[in-house]
Amino acid sequence: MAIDFSPTDEQRMLVETVRQFVEKEIFPYEAEVDRAGDVPEALGKQIRDRAMAQGLYAANMPESVGGGGLDAVSMTLFDRELGKATWGLAGYVGRPSEILMACAGDQIDRYLTPCVRGERKDCFALSEPDAGSDAMAITTRAERRGGDWVLNGTKHFISGVGTPDFAIVFAVTGVEESGGKGGGRPRKRITAFLVDRDTPGFEMRRGPRCVSYRTYNNYELSFTDCRIGADQVLGEEGAGFDLANRWLSGTRILVAATCCGKAERALTMATEWAATRKQFGQTIGRFQGTSFKLADMATELRAADLLTLNAAWKYDHGTMTSGDAAMAKLFASEMLGRVTDNALQIFGGMGLMEELPVERFWRDARIERIWEGTSEIQRHIISRELLRPLES
Amino acid sequence: MKVLVAVKRVIDANVKVRVKADGTGVETTNVKMSMNPFDEIGIEEAIRLKEAGKATEVIALSAGVQQCQETLRTALAMGADRGILIQTDAELQPLAVAKLFKAVVEKEQPQLVILGKQAIDDDCNQTGQMLSTLLGWAQGTFASKLEPNGDSLTVTREVDGGLETVALKMPAVITTDLRLNEPRYASLPNIMKAKKKPIETLTPDELGVDVSPRLKTLKVVEPPPRKSGVRVSSVAELVDKLRNEAKVI
Ligand SMILES: Cc1cc2nc3c(=O)[nH]c(=O)nc-3n(C[C@H](O)[C@H](O)[C@H](O)COP(=O)(O)OP(=O)(O)OC[C@H]3O[C@@H](n4cnc5c(N)ncnc54)[C@H](O)[C@@H]3O)c2cc1C
Repeated sequence: MAIDFSPTDEQRMLVETVRQFVEKEIFPYEAEVDRAGDVPEALGKQIRDRAMAQGLYAANMPESVGGGGLDAVSMTLFDRELGKATWGLAGYVGRPSEILMACAGDQIDRYLTPCVRGERKDCFALSEPDAGSDAMAITTRAERRGGDWVLNGTKHFISGVGTPDFAIVFAVTGVEESGGKGGGRPRKRITAFLVDRDTPGFEMRRGPRCVSYRTYNNYELSFTDCRIGADQVLGEEGAGFDLANRWLSGTRILVAATCCGKAERALTMATEWAATRKQFGQTIGRFQGTSFKLADMATELRAADLLTLNAAWKYDHGTMTSGDAAMAKLFASEMLGRVTDNALQIFGGMGLMEELPVERFWRDARIERIWEGTSEIQRHIISRELLRPLES
Repeated sequence: MKVLVAVKRVIDANVKVRVKADGTGVETTNVKMSMNPFDEIGIEEAIRLKEAGKATEVIALSAGVQQCQETLRTALAMGADRGILIQTDAELQPLAVAKLFKAVVEKEQPQLVILGKQAIDDDCNQTGQMLSTLLGWAQGTFASKLEPNGDSLTVTREVDGGLETVALKMPAVITTDLRLNEPRYASLPNIMKAKKKPIETLTPDELGVDVSPRLKTLKVVEPPPRKSGVRVSSVAELVDKLRNEAKVI
């Protein structure tokens, strides 16, 4: 196999454009919104509008629906640059759930197209207070009533940029007749629903404050006899989990790519600091205790980059497995934890001060090992892929 | 009006340039290269003229190694219509570049040629002036404002004493200064469109231009390191140091 790691002209220019966008439109506001804990609506709108003008909005969606039509490798390079900025602001450069491609009939005009155009915002509501890693344990249920569905249950930790206009809600709609594999618990039929924020019986509240990405909101959604039409089912009844899984593999590459971008930002700052900060009459980069840290940070970043690009390349070629995405997500998020921790150590006391963004990078990095599947769950996915073929 | 804009591939402005160990030049291997910032301003100005309905076609022109294609591609993604690369591995000095550009001007017959006032690598600030002289065209250098009206052009120039306004007859050669405009960066749709725009490749031989260097570089050295400053405790001490140590007042 020929191995060519050079970006195409388009990818090179894309990276340059996103880099400039982030530096001009997002970096200058990061510290102030993080301190305030909130993003002013006008700022969010400004970022969204400028992203639209540059054609960066919905770059992940196919051209056929008005998106940027980027392949996974290009999208990875895109996300790596965009990811250098805080999610609280970068989130306004819209990236609708690709799961919305399952929209059919007039769902296309009501949900898909407005999301691509930045007129409406979605959120992805799977996790529940009693169902995190164990997503199959969700208890939010939808029952048929006449031609409609009635939703009951609670979702939490649901990310939203600003206030989402509708939620993609995963709910139990029955149990498989055949039961679970190997005598396990009966397999639930899970279905995805599109639920508008103003639907009676649907309430959306801001969740607790989070130490990572202070301005990236999380919501608690509750459904009390929330009645929705049959035309609100996304995809097939009972196929919600397949939809979710297909999308989750993609978002794991996204997390991995943003972790690489964030690590590069922290590494660059730490390197500059090590090259200029003097103690004992020389720059601290001259001490092996510092320089070897930098060497490890750079090496791990390179490894994470290659793992991520490899997963994306396989995605584009239709050969990516869940393990490929899991490896990239696992390694890149853990790498980011080590890189931001080392960067902070190199900055010494200054690293902890809010005057510099280093403490923020360090705080923000922590969530990457938790959301989109914890490190333990990624290891579970990878190890199952190893063992399953050998187990009878 | 057809506008020809020169774009040079140079070491990126954010790279900390290092002199090669043997003193023959600066390190360029594994160094990020970009479009000369003054040329970005040139492309931006030409695109604005086109958007204002004053230019009909914007052609980006570069001379140098094959990788200059990348620079041209960036110009196309910003909005230029097509590109021309005069490809050569030879070292190109300003006079050679001016001669090459003259040959292209004769072929393409633009009414306006825009160049950067200088390239940030060699800082020569010569090519535009040489080209205008070789062509016998008017020149408006260090332009911070450009207003075409019919077949003349009003150019505001940044000179030492302030601003100077000149009226030029077209065709003319312009060199850009920093304040002419703030260049855009390519949008995603335009990046994709650039892929389909043509780049023509020529050689100095085809243009009948001898590019052999007329200047010899003797040696390239690092500038002397800046001495660290001193802190003075009073105005009196400052005045004393300026008068007796630095001997500047
Ligand atoms: C800010 C934020 C935003 C989020 N956004 C969204 C969103 O938009 N949509 C959404 O649906 N969800 C979202 N989540 C939820 C996120 O995906 C979950 O937090 C994550 O999957 C972990 O679930 P949990 O928090 O319930 O932890 P738990 O599942 O309770 O895990 C607790 C610990 O047990 C470990 N553990 C659990 N099972 C195993 C096992 N089998 N083997 C080994 N260890 C195990 C975990 O790794 C972890 O260390 C978000 C979370 C946060 C914090």
